[in-house]
Amino acid sequence: MNLSDINVGEKVTVCELKASDSMRRRLLDIGLVENTPVECVGRSPLGDPSAFLIRGAVIALRSEDCKNILVKR
Amino acid sequence: MGDKVIALAGNPNVGKSTLFNALTGMKQHTGNWAGKTVSNATGRHKNYIFVDIPGTYSLMAHSAEEEVARDFICFGKPDAVVAVCDSTCIERNLNLVLQIIETGRKVIVCLNLADEAKRKHIDIDVGKIQKRLGVPVIQTVARDRKSIEKIISVLDENNAEKGIQIEYPKVIEDAVQELLPHLEKYKTDISKRWIALRLLDGSLTDKIYEYISADDSLKETVRSMQNVINEHMIVSSIVRTAEHICDGAVVYNEHKYSPRDKKTDKILTGKFLAYPIMLAMLALIFWITMEGANYPSALLSEGLFFLQDKIYAFLTWIKLPTLLCDALVFGVYRVLAWVVSVMLPPMAIFFPLFTLLEDAGYLPRVAYNLDKPFKCCNACGKQSLTMCMGFGCNAVGIMGCRIIDSPRERLLAILTNSFVPCNGRFPMIITMITVFLVGGGIFSSVLSALIMTLVILLSVVMTFTATKLLSKTLLKGVPSSFTLELPPYRKPQICKVIVRSLFDRTVFVLGRAVAVAAPAGLVIWVLANVMIGDMSLLSHISAFLDPLGRLMGLDGVILIAFILGFPANEIVVPIMIMAYTAGGSLTELGADALKTLFISNGWTPVTAICVLLFSLMHWPCSTSLITVKKETGSIKWTLIAALLPTAFGVISCILVNLISKAFGA
Repeated sequence: MNLSDINVGEKVTVCELKASDSMRRRLLDIGLVENTPVECVGRSPLGDPSAFLIRGAVIALRSEDCKNILVKR
Repeated sequence: MGDKVIALAGNPNVGKSTLFNALTGMKQHTGNWAGKTVSNATGRHKNYIFVDIPGTYSLMAHSAEEEVARDFICFGKPDAVVAVCDSTCIERNLNLVLQIIETGRKVIVCLNLADEAKRKHIDIDVGKIQKRLGVPVIQTVARDRKSIEKIISVLDENNAEKGIQIEYPKVIEDAVQELLPHLEKYKTDISKRWIALRLLDGSLTDKIYEYISADDSLKETVRSMQNVINEHMIVSSIVRTAEHICDGAVVYNEHKYSPRDKKTDKILTGKFLAYPIMLAMLALIFWITMEGANYPSALLSEGLFFLQDKIYAFLTWIKLPTLLCDALVFGVYRVLAWVVSVMLPPMAIFFPLFTLLEDAGYLPRVAYNLDKPFKCCNACGKQSLTMCMGFGCNAVGIMGCRIIDSPRERLLAILTNSFVPCNGRFPMIITMITVFLVGGGIFSSVLSALIMTLVILLSVVMTFTATKLLSKTLLKGVPSSFTLELPPYRKPQICKVIVRSLFDRTVFVLGRAVAVAAPAGLVIWVLANVMIGDMSLLSHISAFLDPLGRLMGLDGVILIAFILGFPANEIVVPIMIMAYTAGGSLTELGADALKTLFISNGWTPVTAICVLLFSLMHWPCSTSLITVKKETGSIKWTLIAALLPTAFGVISCILVNLISKAFGA
């Protein structure tokens, strides 16, 4: 399961980052490492990107990028 | 005692610049949208020189701004680093703090926005955090004098604590232990352990070699040891350490994403209300800007033109030749005064309003709402913000493109920025609408507002078209990844907003505009007053341009007015009037007189529509182009920035003209 599969209000934990290079670094910068809890808190009006609560901050990510973040419930 | 250099570091949006202002009394702009802390701003407090470096999440730099930050902390030899954190999300901020501590610099940690944390019922055990980090930790509220005193007194104490050492997995620790002896002979002010780590992960090899002037044997050793560790292992260890430091020291008694923010976001980014609210917000800003600018504009121009007579009298009194007096006063001064009086008030109103929205935290939501259409054009959602800034002034919008990380997407935003009409073009557009397209009557103002909205929507559509076109041709590429922080809503500091936006944006742009307007004034005057035969040079040129103008549904005068309006779009209509009346200097006319003049020169509603289209799409003004050149550093892209909208404008004008001819209008 990846981060783009979860619904608004759902809470999951990160298992693996498949993103590479700059995106990987960005994700690591915002504290998205293994075992980080993530909650989907909203979607933008056109359905993409979505907003996630990550370590106390709300961060918007595009669904393409979410596909590279594997999560578990 | 000599001066000490103190770097001010921190994540974006943690109140770093506000703290810097409070420390140094400087009016530096805050907020991470206008690309403000691009280079390092410096200011002084007692014997400390504070350097405000760009906001960054990590020292493993990815963007140009972050590189500036990292290079200063690591290689800029600061005497100490004040690491500013957002108290409402300490754990995430510690990522950067730990990396800074690791460099071996003297670090003081400021848990800023303490008031906000209190309001959100976050309990912070400062003592515990200080003990775990091993460096001084203080709580601050940036706008509070006591906080400033606290920072200074800790700096005065001048403790030499080294701070926590991050523990890495055994592979890394072993490699570090193996490499450290090879570094022994080098003398440096940064931590050897940090140097060893960076050499091992290969992220900064060349810069470090240069900094410590490494010899070949070290380089050889490093080469044989690289690739043992990867960045992910390092970052995970740092994040774990941060987790451990906050464990039990930071307690959230309330949901981290406050219910109030959640509710606000439901409305402002909700399916149904997001776009209507955005449009309404934009319309409101335009309305306030235009209504509010009328009076000060009139006052300013009255004052400046009153001065014109005085200056003329003075110049004749010191016996300057009449010709020179005329050129200086009716040429240079008049155009200058014109530009200032029509440009300054709307910008002085628009930008504070815009900054207010930025301060409140609304603008990132706009980018969030609009990301999808931009993604479809292979561009970045943040382009919507630079577009909005473009409504105020394209030059500012182009500068604002610095917020976009990917160089390709940034260029897309820069090159298409002038497709949205700036404040300078609004009066011309409104004139066209009110004079030609809307009759009198009760509904006229509603109708003109409606047409205005259509014009703006058209400009947005054209921006998308141009962006898409570029991303399919000159700037091919896939959309890069996108992370956008939606910060908590904050109450804007109204007074500071006004001062800051005035100084940072308005005065700056005005300066650039004035620099071009003065020589342009002279050129315009010469063209209008030098006679060849029985016609002025201006008339000759406009006669020459007439066939091309006619093809585009315009005429020669309109074309030359746009060309001479290069320094500022505000003077296009005055130049038209000057040329039609064969006058020698810029003039203004009331709506009715304007209509009569235009009609007697063969204008039809189609002419007005073509002028409207061409005012939306032609070469950007000189100030914008100078800014494009500055931002891209390339003449090629500057040329494209000029040619692209011009091509769009010429083609659409010709199309409208031909179609209307075909229908016999």
